[in-house]
Amino acid sequence: MNSKQPLFHITKRADISKKKAITIRLIAILAALIFCGIVTVALTGDNPLSIYASIFKGAFGTARKTWVTFQNMSILLLIALALTPAFKMRFWNIGGEGQVLIGGLAAAASMIYLQDKMSNGFVILVMIFASIFAGALWGLIPAFCKAKWNTNETLSTLMMNYIATQLVAFFTVVWENPKGSGKIGIINQNTHIGWLPDVFNEYLLVILIAVIVTLRMYIYLKFTKQGFELTVVGESEQTAKYVGIDVGKVIMRTMIMSGGICGIVGLLLVGSINHTITTTIAGGQGFTAVMVSWLAKFNPLSMVLTSLLIIFLNRGAGEISTRFGLNQSFSDIITGIILFFLIGCEFFINYKIVLTHKNRESGKEEQA
Amino acid sequence: MIDLVAFIPRAVAQGIPLLYGSTGEIITEKSGNLNLGIPGVMYVGAISGVIGSFYYEQSLTSKDDINGFLAVFIPMLCCLVGSLIMGLIYSFLTVSLRANQNVTGLALTTFGIGFGNFFGGSLIKLSGLDVPSIALSATSACFSKTLPFAGSVGWAGKLFLSYGFLAYLGIIIALVAAFIIRKTRVGLQLRAVGEDPATADSAGINVTKYKYVSTCLGCMIAGLGGLYYVMDYACGVWSNDAFGDRGWLAIALVIFTIWRSDVSIFASILFGGLYILYLYIPAGIDHMEYKELYKMIPYVVTMLVLVITSMRNRREDQPPKSLGLPYFREER
Amino acid sequence: MDGAVYMVAVHTLCYKLGISMDTGKSNDSKKEIAISFKNVSKTFGQVKASSNVSMDIYKGEVLSLLGENGSGKTTLMNMLSGIYYPDEGEIIIGGEPVIIASPKDAFAHGIGMVHQHFKLIDVLTATENIILGMPGKLDLKNAASKIKEICDKYSFDLDPYKKIYDMSVSEKQTVEIVKVLYRGADILILDEPTAVLTPQETEKLFAVIRNMRADGKSVIIITHKMHEVLAISDRVAVLRKGEFIGVVDTDRTNIKEMTDMMVGHSISLNIERPDPVDPKLKLKVSNLSVMGSDGIEKLHDVSFDVYSGEILGIAGIAGCGQKELLESIVGLQNITSGNITYIEDDGSETSLLNKDPRDISDMGITLSFVPEDRLGMGLVGDMDLIDNMMLRSFRNGKFGFTNKKDPRELAKSVVEELEVVTPDISTPVRKLSGGNVQKVLVGREIAASPSVLLTAYAVRGLDINSSYTIYDLINKQKKNGVAVVFVGEDLDVLLELCDKIMVLCEGKVSGILDGRTAEKDKIGMMMTGSGGTIDEQ
Repeated sequence: MNSKQPLFHITKRADISKKKAITIRLIAILAALIFCGIVTVALTGDNPLSIYASIFKGAFGTARKTWVTFQNMSILLLIALALTPAFKMRFWNIGGEGQVLIGGLAAAASMIYLQDKMSNGFVILVMIFASIFAGALWGLIPAFCKAKWNTNETLSTLMMNYIATQLVAFFTVVWENPKGSGKIGIINQNTHIGWLPDVFNEYLLVILIAVIVTLRMYIYLKFTKQGFELTVVGESEQTAKYVGIDVGKVIMRTMIMSGGICGIVGLLLVGSINHTITTTIAGGQGFTAVMVSWLAKFNPLSMVLTSLLIIFLNRGAGEISTRFGLNQSFSDIITGIILFFLIGCEFFINYKIVLTHKNRESGKEEQA
Repeated sequence: MIDLVAFIPRAVAQGIPLLYGSTGEIITEKSGNLNLGIPGVMYVGAISGVIGSFYYEQSLTSKDDINGFLAVFIPMLCCLVGSLIMGLIYSFLTVSLRANQNVTGLALTTFGIGFGNFFGGSLIKLSGLDVPSIALSATSACFSKTLPFAGSVGWAGKLFLSYGFLAYLGIIIALVAAFIIRKTRVGLQLRAVGEDPATADSAGINVTKYKYVSTCLGCMIAGLGGLYYVMDYACGVWSNDAFGDRGWLAIALVIFTIWRSDVSIFASILFGGLYILYLYIPAGIDHMEYKELYKMIPYVVTMLVLVITSMRNRREDQPPKSLGLPYFREER
Repeated sequence: MDGAVYMVAVHTLCYKLGISMDTGKSNDSKKEIAISFKNVSKTFGQVKASSNVSMDIYKGEVLSLLGENGSGKTTLMNMLSGIYYPDEGEIIIGGEPVIIASPKDAFAHGIGMVHQHFKLIDVLTATENIILGMPGKLDLKNAASKIKEICDKYSFDLDPYKKIYDMSVSEKQTVEIVKVLYRGADILILDEPTAVLTPQETEKLFAVIRNMRADGKSVIIITHKMHEVLAISDRVAVLRKGEFIGVVDTDRTNIKEMTDMMVGHSISLNIERPDPVDPKLKLKVSNLSVMGSDGIEKLHDVSFDVYSGEILGIAGIAGCGQKELLESIVGLQNITSGNITYIEDDGSETSLLNKDPRDISDMGITLSFVPEDRLGMGLVGDMDLIDNMMLRSFRNGKFGFTNKKDPRELAKSVVEELEVVTPDISTPVRKLSGGNVQKVLVGREIAASPSVLLTAYAVRGLDINSSYTIYDLINKQKKNGVAVVFVGEDLDVLLELCDKIMVLCEGKVSGILDGRTAEKDKIGMMMTGSGGTIDEQ
């Protein structure tokens, strides 16, 4: 009847120093890089060092590549920043994809319908308002349902993604140009109406906006009343009510902001980078951003690093697939592996394993 | 008027992958694990089957040598193993390492879709074989073999007998799953784990085991949906991203059916029908844009179901109470 | 209070409550050990919940596990039931050390525990809950008839097909006990079983326990109520701060000895009680009724007045409307009927009906509230002291920003004045001990210079010194003319601290007494609804 003696059991760490936590994460990244290297070597037969060199070259090989890397990173970072206040409130907004798409759709609609009715400046102004409004609306709907009826937000924001995707698909056919091509093509290719102005070059505008939003989000979460309120709501709804915070209002307000920033990303994707819209324009980054934000522990400044890591590997893996004539989805596999390692390593930050009999002493040491 | 005899079999064919996906996810969610990696798992299931079938077909000297049993068995085994590995990754991270389920699921989907498209796009190059494209017509024919008499008993044969064996298997699995969840001891314990793992634990139920088994089983079932899609529906032709958002539609179905896999049999066919409805209504050909709006209907309806059930707040219709939350016994 | 006198008081109380003092001890000297702890320790983070406990439990006995809140009674028992696994030491059954790594192992050894917080699944029926985790084919019909048998045997009232979410608290407890009986447990652990029961139900439960003892089973009751210890148990084991103090036969001990073991030494409370100076009506609660979210009426037609410079104590068995009452006043409950009126210094009246906490503070009224659930409601565990101070004042900042300077000053002064033990003020409060957490909370609440101070179980889980700090703080507020409402559980404290004592019983007011003349047994009677007219007998 005796069950076997458990070899170890798991207890929650009382505390862990920042330094130790960072070390654990660095080890995880290193382990993941080695693992990815092995996978790549297995697939391509090339030597590992040249593979790591390729990854670096893919991300920072030329000035243009470096700019693109930073531009891509800025987009991912912006979406992650948008989702962060919602996550801090423990509202699982995985609807970033849809909120970006609908913002982009609003921008594209403004470009198409207003091109011959207004001057360029006004069109851009309308685009800005329209995309923010659309994104905010897309965020507000699940928030309203959550506040009012406690509707599961993970599932509702997920559904909103595909409603947005299908709306974009619908308008892709409506605005098809040329007819029968199945896509919209470059909008206002000749007049450039609604194209956001270049700052220095075509990449810097997005990067600048990302810098501004990062700093503002950091300040917002750390130093403002609204940031404080949403943190309290996330930590304990009971406490929030106790100090007179209107929980429903905070949820809706935060999601309006979250969706609004996603709307801006849509605006940038359509107005500044692509000048067109497709159903895949967000490219799954609404989901990737969830992980970027979570890995950064919802700290806007750390998010700069996590988004850079993801984009760096993404671009590097892209380079490898080009070099060896492999499919571009290779980068998704690499991203996936890195994420698995980083997700897994959080365990060693939050918990510790105590061996039952032997090594008890070392278990105790770890506690210190 | 819609030609139902033509429409329904196509709706069923569209619905079967969704049925597999939703049945798998229902089993998983009943244990409290919200696996958002299902779309990725279905890709992996499909491509694993394709890889198995590809090498099997390449090993044959002539297409006529094909052995019906092996042609079905090898891809299915590959598919199940591939999906199982995905299930194990998810379970290990969320159950053993207590990682956040949403994040893990999304990472799994990124990985799985990438894995599918990568091998779909690079399989020929990697294998070093000299073939123009992945078209597994011979194996596919074994998968899509219809029941006898399908062509000879008129409309009834077309409606009920004209599908490959995986379609019937999907329906059987859905029915069995519903029965097990509702009527057996295992099902009762599974529901208990999903509702309140601490209570289940104190009742002597091995929460970790239930979460692992249901998640892995769920993934394997969902993977078969991917296999059905590529081997039967798509006639053995792999094209990247063709599977599309069906994985997410499967997750929507879970909510739409309120966590009941038997209901999902009809709901899947309904969703499948909405997917192709545009072909069968008069305005369809002139206004292709409406097809996209029809495709939107499943998501809108699911959203409405989700909101309405939360408004009515009936206890039986709510998601499993611990859905999405990790469980740690010594938490204090 | 002198132990002997107290003993008499308890006997009287038990007599009046209809609880039998007959412990029916078997004089059988042949004692067979059912289970033993050997040097068992368990640590949570920095807290030693059990340290080096060794004790035996005999077959066919009722053992009371006595100790104050937080003395480690439940933790110790959770190691028997497989919820926790000991860090060190052994559990021995039948002479062999056993591993109880899971509740399943516990069942296998015939150990069944009824937890204080019921472990039942809401959406399932009573039968499904009872057979949950048991091997064999699922046969609900057969199970239900077996349950009926058990219910008939012990005269429980239970519908096997009723869903848990439709049940009352005592019905749920019945399900829990039947669950353990259904499994044929030999060792039955009950964690504070009477806290939620009426006296009649308690007597019924005790009858069942006696039957089980006669059957040769061991019953362990976790409690901190002396009269229950005397009424039911053969032996009593005492824990203090995680340490095993000793075990004594119930018929060879008395209240004084047990109290000494429990608290370390006899404590004469000697709480200061200054006379109220110039009391003025501050708060008027009239005909208040509140419906709980479960559709059960939590408060019924409650009326009372609170005066400035006075402490109104509220006595009652746990969960008979205290929480709802305080929450109604500060605006956290939906009120079915009645009114709550605040009286300004100039005598003008303001209704607090349908106002939320924000509205009330916007009206310039400062109600401070120390809730029962400190880390779940009053404070945020993961935030540091500064941010927790800011919870009350974050709206004061300029231009939408929070002002951290004042909260930092406040945190510093609270730490200094109340002698809060903490590494620094940027430590998350969940890392502090219970007493220090409470000091932080009370410190913040009185820093707002309230006109009304509401406290719920302000000294629960606190050591003696911290408790006195809290009493002093409350008295200081009283002297400053604050109207204080003090919800307490320890009658001795209420009797020494409060000017008036209102007794609640099942959501109704049984009476309001003068704190200086009220008698303890009378309050006890009123608490249990046995009537407030002790003179009758």
